[in-house]
Amino acid sequence: MNSRKTKGNSAIHAECLPQVQRILRERFCHQSPHSNLFGVEVQYKHLIELLKRTAINGESNSVLIVGPRGSGKTMLINRALKELMEIREVSENVLQVHLNGLMQINDKIALKEITRQLNLENVVGDKVFGSFAENLSFLLEALKKGDRASSCPVIFILDEFDLFAHQKNQTLLYNLFDISQSAQTPVAVIGLTCRLDILELLEKRVKSRFSHRQIHLMNSFDFPQYMKIFKEQLSLPEEFPNKVFAERWNENAQSLSEDSTVREVLQKLFNVNKSLRSLHTLLMLALTRVTVSHPFMTSADLMEAQHLCSLDSKASIIHGLSVLEICLIIAMKHLNDIYEEEPFNFQMVYNEFQKFIQRKAHSVYNFEKPVVMKAFEHLQQLELIKPMERTSVNSQREYQLVKLLLDNTQIMNALQKYSNCPTDVRQWATSSLSWL
Amino acid sequence: MPSYLTRQKTRKTFSWIGRPLPDRKQYYQIYKEICMKVSDCSTEIHIKVGQFVLIKGDDNAKPYVAKLIELFEDGSKFPSMKCARVQWFVRFSEIPISKRHLLGRKPAAQEIFWYDYSDCDNNIYVETIIGPVQVVALAPDEVIPMDQKSEETLFVKLSWNTKKFEPLSPELLAALNKLEDSPKCQKPLEAKIKNVKNPWNTTELKRIESSHSTSKTCQTSAHPVSPNARKRLELSDLGIPRKPNMRLSKKTLSDSLDSQKKSKRKTAFSETASPPKRSQPGEIKTSSALKSLEKNGQTHSFCAKGSMTLRTQDPSFMTTKINVERALSPIKRRLRSSVVPNVILTPKRIGREARKQEAHKEPTNSSHRVHRRSSLLTLNRIRQQLWLLDDDKSDEEEEEFISSAEVSDSTSEEEDDCIPSLPKRNPQRQSTNWRMASKPSLQTPSKTPKKTPHHATPQIRDRNLAVQEPTSVLEEARVRLHVSAVPDSLPCREQEFQDIYSFVESKLLDGTGGCMYISGVPGTGKTATVNEVIRCLQQAAQTNDVPPFEYVEVNGMKLTEPHQVYVQILQKLTGQKATANHAAELLAKRFCSRGSPQETTVLLVDELDLLWTHKQDVMYNLFDWPTHKGARLVVLAIANTMDLPERIMMNRVSSRLGLTRMSFQPYSHNQLKEILVSRLKHLRAFEDDAIQLVARKVAALSGDARRCLDICRRATEICEFSHTQGDSLGLVTVAHLMEAIDEMFSSSYITAIKNCSLLEQGFLRAIIAEFRRSGLEEATFQQIYSQHVALCRMEGLPYPTMSETMAVCSNLGSCRLLLVEPSRNDLLLRVRLNVSQDDVLYALKEE
Repeated sequence: MNSRKTKGNSAIHAECLPQVQRILRERFCHQSPHSNLFGVEVQYKHLIELLKRTAINGESNSVLIVGPRGSGKTMLINRALKELMEIREVSENVLQVHLNGLMQINDKIALKEITRQLNLENVVGDKVFGSFAENLSFLLEALKKGDRASSCPVIFILDEFDLFAHQKNQTLLYNLFDISQSAQTPVAVIGLTCRLDILELLEKRVKSRFSHRQIHLMNSFDFPQYMKIFKEQLSLPEEFPNKVFAERWNENAQSLSEDSTVREVLQKLFNVNKSLRSLHTLLMLALTRVTVSHPFMTSADLMEAQHLCSLDSKASIIHGLSVLEICLIIAMKHLNDIYEEEPFNFQMVYNEFQKFIQRKAHSVYNFEKPVVMKAFEHLQQLELIKPMERTSVNSQREYQLVKLLLDNTQIMNALQKYSNCPTDVRQWATSSLSWL
Repeated sequence: MPSYLTRQKTRKTFSWIGRPLPDRKQYYQIYKEICMKVSDCSTEIHIKVGQFVLIKGDDNAKPYVAKLIELFEDGSKFPSMKCARVQWFVRFSEIPISKRHLLGRKPAAQEIFWYDYSDCDNNIYVETIIGPVQVVALAPDEVIPMDQKSEETLFVKLSWNTKKFEPLSPELLAALNKLEDSPKCQKPLEAKIKNVKNPWNTTELKRIESSHSTSKTCQTSAHPVSPNARKRLELSDLGIPRKPNMRLSKKTLSDSLDSQKKSKRKTAFSETASPPKRSQPGEIKTSSALKSLEKNGQTHSFCAKGSMTLRTQDPSFMTTKINVERALSPIKRRLRSSVVPNVILTPKRIGREARKQEAHKEPTNSSHRVHRRSSLLTLNRIRQQLWLLDDDKSDEEEEEFISSAEVSDSTSEEEDDCIPSLPKRNPQRQSTNWRMASKPSLQTPSKTPKKTPHHATPQIRDRNLAVQEPTSVLEEARVRLHVSAVPDSLPCREQEFQDIYSFVESKLLDGTGGCMYISGVPGTGKTATVNEVIRCLQQAAQTNDVPPFEYVEVNGMKLTEPHQVYVQILQKLTGQKATANHAAELLAKRFCSRGSPQETTVLLVDELDLLWTHKQDVMYNLFDWPTHKGARLVVLAIANTMDLPERIMMNRVSSRLGLTRMSFQPYSHNQLKEILVSRLKHLRAFEDDAIQLVARKVAALSGDARRCLDICRRATEICEFSHTQGDSLGLVTVAHLMEAIDEMFSSSYITAIKNCSLLEQGFLRAIIAEFRRSGLEEATFQQIYSQHVALCRMEGLPYPTMSETMAVCSNLGSCRLLLVEPSRNDLLLRVRLNVSQDDVLYALKEE
């Protein structure tokens, strides 16, 4: 009886879990405009009012949305545009142009892209576009033709706005802002950037034409709000087909948010990084552990995920090194201690290593020099050590100056976890100068 | 708009129909009708006197339109030419830009104008006719039909006499509407037959052969014996009557070139002509043509002219030649100028004829042809694809095209043949020569082919829904405060306005040129004032207080490259497109030539500093043109810095700029207040104190009027938000303005630090601790990390791993709270604060 019930349950789970994972993954990976806003209501209102005025009143505007990475800039603008487009009178009246500073790396490409997105290229028919200059004057003429009352407003969204500011003469920005400040086709220029010093990047003429509106997104929520966001992000939507399962899942989410270990995990994460993107990463990792046999997320899953998130990448590289390489790293650590972070070369490391070998007469680590050299080169390939100058062909590699890219505490922590490390090596590591 | 691809070179041949009616002029024979035969589509089109025709122009999409008045054979020179006298029509796009507004409405797409101007040359060559066209004359009260089907039909409603548009006179209307019957198109003949059996073709051939012949001996002596020469001999053996005439040199030139081409391309053909090495064939041949000419002792001036045309690459050179002749005598001019197209035309034609002959005589050609056909097939397909792109082509042309596949290959060769020395990239070049003379005297001397049609008028599509008009006082205020709202007058710039106005006015009245340099920080109304001056002057020009002038505006920031300024100016002045170098030449000619009866040009160069080049040639030219004697150009240059001439300009440039300078001071708070008040004008939306406050704040900051307006605009929004719950919309108060100012100018660093995560704040603390320890303003990541670990231990926070700390560091770096090196340096990357230490401490202490 009992077994049948569990069987029935697992059938339900097998049916529901893929859907759950699809919904949640979509939520975590895409900046979907459907999700609720957290702590940015004021900014949102400012933005949506501005867009509406452009769309409905034909007023030109320019605004910058500034905030650190992962603070929801793109989400905000996407959501605002979605709401704007839901207004019936607006939807067929507004043109959108999306540009990204990482993709439109110069004005020429940007102009082509604008022309394409405005569907202006068919005006010239099959006549291919000529030079950059022709493109520019063509586009400017096109935008100049319009006026406030009759033309369709254009919303320009410039992602990675700071990269546009690095383009030559800032021609594109000047022209966009100039249009926004003159009686031409109504435009709204919206820049997204994570740089707080963005205004200093603008050239004085460009700056004068920019309206100086800035919307700051600062992740300005506290921990209780963070917990609420966590719960909301994990909960299933009401329109989930299997109501019973959704209810159980949401109950579980509720209990998770009240669990003290979970709170601890989240507090840690919150202390490190407030952005929702890191929360999403954590939840994503936890979600992968949910299977049919383990249908509900537990605090252990979150702990494990948090552990993965905060892992020190270099320490885990050290765990995979050979004993000889560990010995070399210890030798370098000693050199660092003695010479106070001065760079060293292979020969010095080798000498240090030799001293250790000589002290231990019975040593099994007595390797040939070329073998040691190979191990040293391997460390260099792993970028645990970094040459001070560029490697040239004719320089002798033994004498090339390098530096260790590991901290003492890092080495000691890694050594503690390093399995089957010989005791004498460990001792050698801890006794920095005492063995002399 | 159908485009008439003359570039396709569907070769047309013309023959007279009916008997000639002798004219009182000795050499003229007048005909009533002509038969135009497009060689490859084998349709015949009969064109009668009185019909409307399209005539090849500079722009393939918009050929010239004219009505045939007379058809005659001009036998006054040898060979006699088929000519026609026409009555021109102009399209709207041919009317000078500055006069277009006189129409007072948007022209219909298919509208043309009766060109009522006696001075223009109305004789053309029949070869330049593209085909007949339907033109419907409309009475002044009729509406131009707008249906799309009648794209082929043009409408004429007004006449244009270079000064104004007038309705057509009734007599004219009646005459125009007495329509001639439409062109008769005969059934397509078999393409094969036409080579041999078409009677016209043979006669034409004979005509040409008889007209172009020379002594063979002369040829052989003129050229070194080479495979080419052998080939040529063969050709001339093909039964060409030998009359001493220098023409043959050209003919054979084309032949030999032709054969060379072929031999190069098709190995099957190389039996007759071994692959010769070719170096500058055009150059060599023409010079040899000259040589042979001299040997013959026949120094017809026009022949020399012909070979000259072949060699010259510069169209401007040619036009000057013609101009000179035109000055000599009007009668002579017709003679001479008629030679120009002739010379270029004939070799092409002969080239083809000769080739056809070869095709018959030489058996090897059959294999060659097969080969060619297959390649033609693909070519055809490609062209067809291209054709599909252009959606509005007339059916007739499509037909023409498909059947033209046979020749389309050879046309490219012919292009080479007839213009050997011209660069290939503009095969349209010769079309400039097709016209006998530039039609209206207003038109510019020469045109270059353009890639993008300048007639295309791009436009953002119109909105479907009307703009919502402002409803409340605040919204009204916001509209008025927008920078784009053009005020009726410019307050606080009266003095500057007066100075610029009198400067430009005096130059206009004197008919001289000059420069003025205007400087001032952004947002002080430089461009606005100049625009206002121009607007006033244009009004004055309409009432004839000042002479009329042309106004051109260029902006350094709206150019991709300094030299583009020439292109822009030229395009705005004349509507034509040219490369930067060519445009510079044309402009220099326009501005520097003495006694040009043009109107004065007022040129506004905004953002002058962007026109800086290494050699400063652009600036030099701009300021040099007005200094020429008789130049009627006024240059107003605007830039931000007052000492630009001294700082970046070479002496020779700043000297030409002269000392007429003006600087716009930043607005004072009183002026800003006045601007705001004048814009708001009776609109009670702001408290007086609020206006005073914003004026003073902005004046203290920058004196930028744009800032002032933006702040006020933002304040109205804030006011609106705060009153949404409340009863009625109140005035914008000081509090609202303060909020707006704070929002725009307060540094966001402190809020950003306050909102950082704990670890980020800890990292900032560690940085400051490290700076204090070392006494430097820079530290490596490793140092800061150890400080950070120590701090965390002290505060009982969990131990931060290296990776986490690194992420925090790069996060802060991307916000520019820190300045960091690229992250590949890892532990050794150097970190600096981008904010002052005090700010950081202040932000961190608050909690």
